[in-house]
Amino acid sequence: MARPVKLASRNTLLSTRLPAWRSRLLMGVIALCFMALAGRAFWLQILSNDFLQQQGAVRYQRTLEIPAARGRIVDRTGEMLASSLPAKAIWTIPEDVQTTREKRAEMARLLGMDIKELDRKLAEDRSFVYLRRQVDADVAAKVMALGIPGVHQRNETKRHYPQGEIVAHVVGFTDVEDTGQEGFELSQQQRLAGKPGSRMVIKDRLGRILEEVGSGQEPQDGADLALSIDARVQYIAFSALRDAVKEHRAKAGAAVVLDVQTGEVLALANLPTYDPNRRQQLNGAQLRNRVITDTYEPGSTMKPFSVAMALEYGRVSPTSTFDVSPGRMTIGSATIGDAHAYGVLTVEQILQKSSNIGTVKMALQLPPERMWDGFTALGFGQPPQLGFPGAVSGRVRPWKTWKPIEQATMSYGHGISVSLIQMARAYTVFATDGELMPLTMFKAERPMQGVPVYSPATAQSVRKMLEMAAGPGGTAPLAQVQGYRVAGKTGTAHKQENGAYQNKYIASFVGFAPVSRPRVVVAVMVDEPSAGKHYGGQVAAPVFARITGEALRAMRIQPDAPFATLIVPAEPARESL
Amino acid sequence: MAKLNVAIAAMLILCALLLVTSQHRARKGFIDLERAQALSRRHEVDWKRLQLEQTQLAKHSRVDAMARGGLRMQSVTPDRTLYLPETQGAR
Repeated sequence: MARPVKLASRNTLLSTRLPAWRSRLLMGVIALCFMALAGRAFWLQILSNDFLQQQGAVRYQRTLEIPAARGRIVDRTGEMLASSLPAKAIWTIPEDVQTTREKRAEMARLLGMDIKELDRKLAEDRSFVYLRRQVDADVAAKVMALGIPGVHQRNETKRHYPQGEIVAHVVGFTDVEDTGQEGFELSQQQRLAGKPGSRMVIKDRLGRILEEVGSGQEPQDGADLALSIDARVQYIAFSALRDAVKEHRAKAGAAVVLDVQTGEVLALANLPTYDPNRRQQLNGAQLRNRVITDTYEPGSTMKPFSVAMALEYGRVSPTSTFDVSPGRMTIGSATIGDAHAYGVLTVEQILQKSSNIGTVKMALQLPPERMWDGFTALGFGQPPQLGFPGAVSGRVRPWKTWKPIEQATMSYGHGISVSLIQMARAYTVFATDGELMPLTMFKAERPMQGVPVYSPATAQSVRKMLEMAAGPGGTAPLAQVQGYRVAGKTGTAHKQENGAYQNKYIASFVGFAPVSRPRVVVAVMVDEPSAGKHYGGQVAAPVFARITGEALRAMRIQPDAPFATLIVPAEPARESL
Repeated sequence: MAKLNVAIAAMLILCALLLVTSQHRARKGFIDLERAQALSRRHEVDWKRLQLEQTQLAKHSRVDAMARGGLRMQSVTPDRTLYLPETQGAR
């Protein structure tokens, strides 16, 4: 709306006529400039728009990863076995660190390290050095409060194992990156780890989050894992085993407790053990799970199966007799013997007294194939399906290669190798009416269905023999438990090293209780007892008795055996007048 | 014409101011939300830590050691236990 300007007509400069092309040229040049601008604008706004938007976003948008919490591991009653808490990693840029000796000493003390070690780390010629990882959050806060330049912290998580060494072999542990390394931490890694989420945010110059863009992704926390282990029973088994290993100066020991009705593993203890919270200087012996990943020659604990097979085969009955004198027997070029020379024994007595010769005489009536089938049906020679890493299958050689002497020794548990958990599981056939229970180490929702292996009659008669074996006149009177009827079998096996039997033993006991309605199978193994006693009946049976008695009372199972009571019933006193 | 222009300009300024305040409020709200979420995370961690501490203090090995060592207690044995039939209940 500019007003028309009145030009002075007398101005000669303005009145001079200019050639028309000059104005057109100027207009053309300006038009070209605008076209160039429009072209550039088109290039930036339309053609490179995506790239530029992205570049802009990079300067203020950040994608943050939200870590997922690792699931907890709990026992069957919900008691915590493993749980993760946030922790800090303290790291430095050594170049930037400038501080006094006092402050360094204070930091070293807080981080639980030697000042020399700290100084060595600070002298490193690198731009990033971890001073210490997995520091508890409150300690990290104190370190940061020292205000040393060049010292930084980073979020991470630390796994805590409140039960420590007691369930170490079952639960396992994770490394500093929160990845499972052993036990269920390893085998259930996927399930426990969860999925990290992410979100996109806009940050300002100072790194403060201003707002969230887009929907992002919620992290999926790892699922909790409920094991079949009962922390009370586990403690009972562990402490009984620990005391026995100490008393007998043994190299190692293992114990397992199974619930007969559900096939759940209630306790699984191993020695030597380790504290999963402090994992410096671990050795293989400490880490070994002897119950699941080790095999041994079971010795006499195998005999009940030979007897059961013979009974099933129908050639013998519990009262059939065998002449086992004079306590020696030669098969081919080898001689086997009994610890004591007996005369004529019934089948029941053979098992009660644990006579090798009697067992061999029974077993040699069986065709090798049938005996092999019998072992296989009990789960020997196959790894148990536990969902646990490293479960071994043991060794049962194919029957076609058996020589008579081998069949004979196998009947009393030599020349065959099994794991302790296989042995414990196999005994469920006597604890039930001939059914082999499937095992689980996860909390079972409902009772499991067993697989029939023996007829109820056979299972019942062997159960009776096993009760005799664990009673007076048997090999393991020390297995007796006050208040409960127990049944079980001892085993004492020579250890084989470098292909020859050494003067070292494995004492074991496998049994179950209460006999009237079995609830638990307990298997105990003590490796190389060296304090004078080495028989299963002397070393392993008392451990069995202690575990069984305490576990049954902890599980509130009613006694089924008579016992003398010290309590005077609170009957109202009768008037005597 | 001029009046309309002034009115439109005033509306424009008003809208601009409203935009600024609402943006400010949104950011403030967002910061509050972040704070609340951080607090909830902290509580969650505290809860976990307390649960862990409880487990550590109440674990069987510790209770057993204290009962036997400090309090001189003994395990109960069947001969000192009065078993009552479940159906009749205790008197």
